[in-house]
Amino acid sequence: MQHMKLVLEDGTVLRGRSFGAHRDVAGEVVFNTGMTGYVETLTDPSYRGQILVTTYPLQGNYGVPARRAKGSVDAPFEADEIQVQGLVCVEHAKHPSHHQSASSLGAWLTESGVPAIEGIDTRALTRKLREHGTMRGWIMADETPVEVGMARAHTVEMAKVADLVTVRETVVYEGGAQRILLVDTGCKDNIARSLLARGATVVRVPHHANLREMVKGCDGILLSNGPGDPKDLPGLAAQVRGLLDSGIPIFGVCLGNQILALAAGGDTYKLKYGHRSQNQPVQDLLTRRCYVTSQNHGYAVRDESLGGDWEPWFVNVNDGTNEGIRARGRPVSSVQFHPEASPGPEDTAFLFDDFLRLAGAMARGR
Amino acid sequence: MFGQYLPKKPRRVLILGSGALKIGEAGEFDYSGSQAIKAIREEGIQTVLVNPNIATIQTSEGMADKVYFLPVDPENVEEVIKREEVDAITISFGGQTALNCGVALDDRGILKKYGVRVLGTPVDTVRDTEDRLRFKQRLDEIGVKTARSAACNSPDEVHAAVREIGLPVILRGAYSLGGKGSAICETPEQLDAALVRAFGGGTAQVLVEESLRGWKEVEYEVVRDARDNCITVCNMENLDPLGIHTGESIVVAPSQTLDDDEYHMLRTIAIRTIRHLGVVGECNIQYALDPESRDYRVIEVNARLSRSSALASKATGYPLAYVAAKIALGYSLPDLPNAITRRTSAFFEPALDYIVCKFPRWDLQKFREVDNRIGSEMKSVGEVMAIGKTFPEVIQKALRMIDIGVTGLDPEAFEFDNLENELRNPTPRRMLALCAAFAKGMTVDAVHALTRIDPWFLNQIADVVRFRDEIKKPALETETLRDAKKLGFSDIAIAKLRGETEAHVRSERLKHNIRPHLAQIDTLAAEYPAETNYLYLTYHAQADDVATSWRKKVLVLGSGAYRIGSSVEFDWCCVNTVKAAQELGYETLLLNYNPETVSTDYDVCDKLIFDEITQETVLELWDREAPEGVVVSMGGQVPNNLAIKLHRAGVKVLGTSPESIDRAEDRHKFSGLLDSLHIEQPRWTSTTDVSPENLARVIAELGGFPLLVRPSYVLSGAAMCVVHEPQHLKNYLARAVSVSPEHPVVITRFESNAKEIEIDAVADQGELVLWAISEHVENAGVHSGDATLVLPPQKLYMETLRRIKRIARDIAAALHITGPFNIQFLAVENMVKVIECNLRASRSFPFVSKVTGVNFIREAARRMLGVATPVSCEALELDYVAVKAAQFSFSRLAGADPTLGVEMASTGEVGCLGDDLPEALLKALMATGFRIPKKGVLLSLGPVGDKYRFEREARILQARGLTLYATPGTADVLREQGIACTVAWKDSDDKHPSAVQLLNEGAIDLVINIPRSYDNQGRPDGYRIRRRAVDLNVPLITNFQLARAAVDALDPARPVELKPLDWASYLARNHRSA
Repeated sequence: MQHMKLVLEDGTVLRGRSFGAHRDVAGEVVFNTGMTGYVETLTDPSYRGQILVTTYPLQGNYGVPARRAKGSVDAPFEADEIQVQGLVCVEHAKHPSHHQSASSLGAWLTESGVPAIEGIDTRALTRKLREHGTMRGWIMADETPVEVGMARAHTVEMAKVADLVTVRETVVYEGGAQRILLVDTGCKDNIARSLLARGATVVRVPHHANLREMVKGCDGILLSNGPGDPKDLPGLAAQVRGLLDSGIPIFGVCLGNQILALAAGGDTYKLKYGHRSQNQPVQDLLTRRCYVTSQNHGYAVRDESLGGDWEPWFVNVNDGTNEGIRARGRPVSSVQFHPEASPGPEDTAFLFDDFLRLAGAMARGR
Repeated sequence: MFGQYLPKKPRRVLILGSGALKIGEAGEFDYSGSQAIKAIREEGIQTVLVNPNIATIQTSEGMADKVYFLPVDPENVEEVIKREEVDAITISFGGQTALNCGVALDDRGILKKYGVRVLGTPVDTVRDTEDRLRFKQRLDEIGVKTARSAACNSPDEVHAAVREIGLPVILRGAYSLGGKGSAICETPEQLDAALVRAFGGGTAQVLVEESLRGWKEVEYEVVRDARDNCITVCNMENLDPLGIHTGESIVVAPSQTLDDDEYHMLRTIAIRTIRHLGVVGECNIQYALDPESRDYRVIEVNARLSRSSALASKATGYPLAYVAAKIALGYSLPDLPNAITRRTSAFFEPALDYIVCKFPRWDLQKFREVDNRIGSEMKSVGEVMAIGKTFPEVIQKALRMIDIGVTGLDPEAFEFDNLENELRNPTPRRMLALCAAFAKGMTVDAVHALTRIDPWFLNQIADVVRFRDEIKKPALETETLRDAKKLGFSDIAIAKLRGETEAHVRSERLKHNIRPHLAQIDTLAAEYPAETNYLYLTYHAQADDVATSWRKKVLVLGSGAYRIGSSVEFDWCCVNTVKAAQELGYETLLLNYNPETVSTDYDVCDKLIFDEITQETVLELWDREAPEGVVVSMGGQVPNNLAIKLHRAGVKVLGTSPESIDRAEDRHKFSGLLDSLHIEQPRWTSTTDVSPENLARVIAELGGFPLLVRPSYVLSGAAMCVVHEPQHLKNYLARAVSVSPEHPVVITRFESNAKEIEIDAVADQGELVLWAISEHVENAGVHSGDATLVLPPQKLYMETLRRIKRIARDIAAALHITGPFNIQFLAVENMVKVIECNLRASRSFPFVSKVTGVNFIREAARRMLGVATPVSCEALELDYVAVKAAQFSFSRLAGADPTLGVEMASTGEVGCLGDDLPEALLKALMATGFRIPKKGVLLSLGPVGDKYRFEREARILQARGLTLYATPGTADVLREQGIACTVAWKDSDDKHPSAVQLLNEGAIDLVINIPRSYDNQGRPDGYRIRRRAVDLNVPLITNFQLARAAVDALDPARPVELKPLDWASYLARNHRSA
């Protein structure tokens, strides 16, 4: 069993045992407190370029289902491939058990070329990240000199990460009559599945597609989640700005919320250590109702930067950060959390119903 | 800010407790009731509590404004409603007892009559969840699946339903707790047998259900407020598949083998269901989940706080009962702060970064004739919770915590004659049978096929068993030692495997700096800072989460698992010790691992360490926290047993010195001490020699039979036995010696016609400070924990009392006692002999403290911490009488013979107050399930003398207009005395009507059956009568003195009024007279 280490930019070195690929990688180190859903999380494109630390100590308990056919959007995968740079946990299951399990987590990571370390006190690591803020980190073999490992580590250029995670070309998932334009900035497949399950046809386009062109024949636009800083996508924000008054309903999720805010002339900022968990409480500011949500974001919308024709929609009950915005008098809104869940609670899945209902009503009105 | 979703703030709220601890309803309701009281009082609302369980924390001073030690039944509660003019009631914090009482109050229109609002979940929702048919219909409305089933009102209907569903099926009674009366039936014969029992206990409705045996059992704890905000606080997965009652199951939280889709599918259904049912507050929902697909069934919803919610609360740190109480008062979840972090809101779902394992504790070996298998009925009497980072770590901790003498996953702990049978038909030893199977080379697949336990668990157990070989290797690698600790092996376990001492393993560990770290339970996996001091130790952490303060501090050791002989009373002692120490400015650390306790609440002590109570753990805490000392005398025998070991390891034990404790515990030393003080004791001897010559010597030395024998290493009456003839003595000795050749067996002259008396006392440096003397209603021979205690004594000579006090004073001085102690005496006339002395708090300390109004434990704790302020205690001058009565759970232990003996059998107790003995006794008996007979009484008095001595009582029963039935021998004597009665034949007489028949027909509503003391075996008639009475829920008295006292209290010539008076009203009488 090979030993590996996680090196942090503050000089911390944590040693553990390898249970994935033997490869040197670098990335922003982030923690997630979810207790289930490692398949969904590892394939979530929003984690592209990051080293994931799980606070839940046991990973891989129920194994990994058989790999899906390329081009399908089948659950529980959120993309065809693992997206993270590396995985850090307390212990992985050597003997997974589940009726759908086809391989162990370790085997899947190894096959996918993704390094993984176990035997790390991830709670202590999380406290460090919480106090210091997210840090850059490197995973390498224990015997590799740190400078050597750092120099040769595989890394993702975050400013251009959206190009890595978006679809190459337009894909249409045939459903019902209603057509939704899904703008892919690293979209989780469950957003597409959520729309398909509600009877919509999904037109999934790259983030740099000509939206004004592509939206023709569509009833609504969904701005997807994705990795990185929203300000690295000024072109997309500009395109969205041009569509705000078109009367076409727009709904954004996660990065989509930030893109919409930028399009509306607002501002975004980087959180100290982000929200990555399945237990984030948000409150609907109008109804005062609260929901438990799944979240994964490092950036947030600055409420007060929005103009008078915009209003905050949801707020995080724990830290008061923005969890959604909406335009006054226009069918445009977005949320910072993940109503598609997967992983996580399904409390806010009704937002897809609302969006499609709105899109239907607007289409009839046109 | 008061809850905005309640139209009007209540003025005075009535809280119903759960009564005595019993199987299926234990200490968890002291926790939930205590939390509810705190939550309601904070709002400036007055609280009135009805709960006869005098040993609870919720019935202590500083909790509810008014406390009534009365039975939780509609009659008594109505009186309290009237007297207190309450305007609201909570029925969801006192288990099934409170819930049933609340529904009955509503049914009878009492709540409406007095304008009492039900706070929280509406009664109609409760009915929806309790009535199986309504429940199914309600869930059908929203397309949520329940097991295919039929509610049946007669055995014929059951047979029809079974034809429809097909065997196997499960039978359950509606409105029952702990799976009472439920059974899995695979054959028509099993079905017939189960029907008798199911319809027996007055159950009107029985549910026949498809058997989902082998499916996973998963539970969610759900909280919903009146604004429809709804969360699931925790989910839990049973290691044992469906078919084993969840109270009997080993449970882990969070679920381990569910993928995200399954987890959230069930979570979403939980929220939909609870919203549809309209629960306001807390509830749990139980599922069956097919391990081969995603198919599921909802098994049940408990619309109240439950054992699971107490567990979930301790597992996550989320104060479920407190939040439920606030919601009942109209708060919404987002309004409430997260009490752990104090920075975030109560509307969130805890993220765990650890795993917990709940493990039940059974005491089945204490019962004769009991069925040893575990299944759909609950039989366990307590539970433990282990916290760690991995499954091996927690399961090994848990196995040690239940305190059955095993060191963890040890394949050699027991010999199994038929391993396959053991695996197929689970018993309490199941985990160890698994280990034995793996050690013998059985595969995980084979074990899975027999047990249906998920391979995820089995594989890890097999890994641990295999790892033992690594530990046994001659040279112990540092990494192996480190891995062993991470896998949850204790120092003792490693030492045993290597043939070394615990001290040696510990020093090896310290040499390589292999030590556990303290990790916080903070509800959100370190995502936000938390101010919690709820901690556990794990070898998977690389740093402590919390710093050590510089304050002076004291470490209190808790009571561990509840078991027969040790339960909530010791938790009361620990909580009061913590409070006393806090008052004196100490930082208090508490070590305990029982999730059913108040002592493990997040707001009781300053630092709660939820971990094993062992020398290994205490030394780890001693080293890092450096407390002034450790309190071992408040948690019962578990911590007390550590006294001398800790002392030798250099730990300062507070109070009485460990050498003195050892002098009281060691039979030889203690006997010598009594002799030197000229204190009488029953004649005794000890031996390991079973030769006829030696036995003859022993018998002659002790003056003949009967004799009491017990192995000297066991505690609290375990494995004790009374023998009446040489052959029994020889058999017993041979068995005991073969089990444990190094420990001699202690044989005592058994005094059968003596009274038994106890003193509970506090001393300071050998000087008696406080004392209370209680007498037993039963003669010696009934374990003190099963006996009915009277305080102050009603039938003792002043001279006896003086002698007892003098003896207590002499022993206190000789052992230089500082702290609590208890001595038990035998008395014949004025002759007093000492049977036992415990230099620790005893079971009756809460009772004597509450009855006298002087908190003995607070005083003891202060003395132990060196603070002496004068106190006075007038325990003998009380202007009222208190009775402590035992609660038995025989009805849950199928087959167990419900008789009393030298081994304790009761699971709980109550304490009630009255103007005189009859009033207090009746209240106490009624609080443990006794009902005043209205139809017929069956008398079956075994010993000849008893038959004659019962004349007066028989006439009293007759004068009450009751029909007397008597077994043939007893009937002869009654008729001789001119008392009319009907013969109730024994089964072996084969004549009509038989006693069992009469019971079945409902002609009898009280059975007085006094077994001959030596008819333990081979006389099944009496057993059948007793057992049938228990199965039919007919009150049963098996002790002669208690029978006389109870009947005396029913004398129509001296009618007893059961006054609904609160605790303070009684205490106030003393102040007047003082």
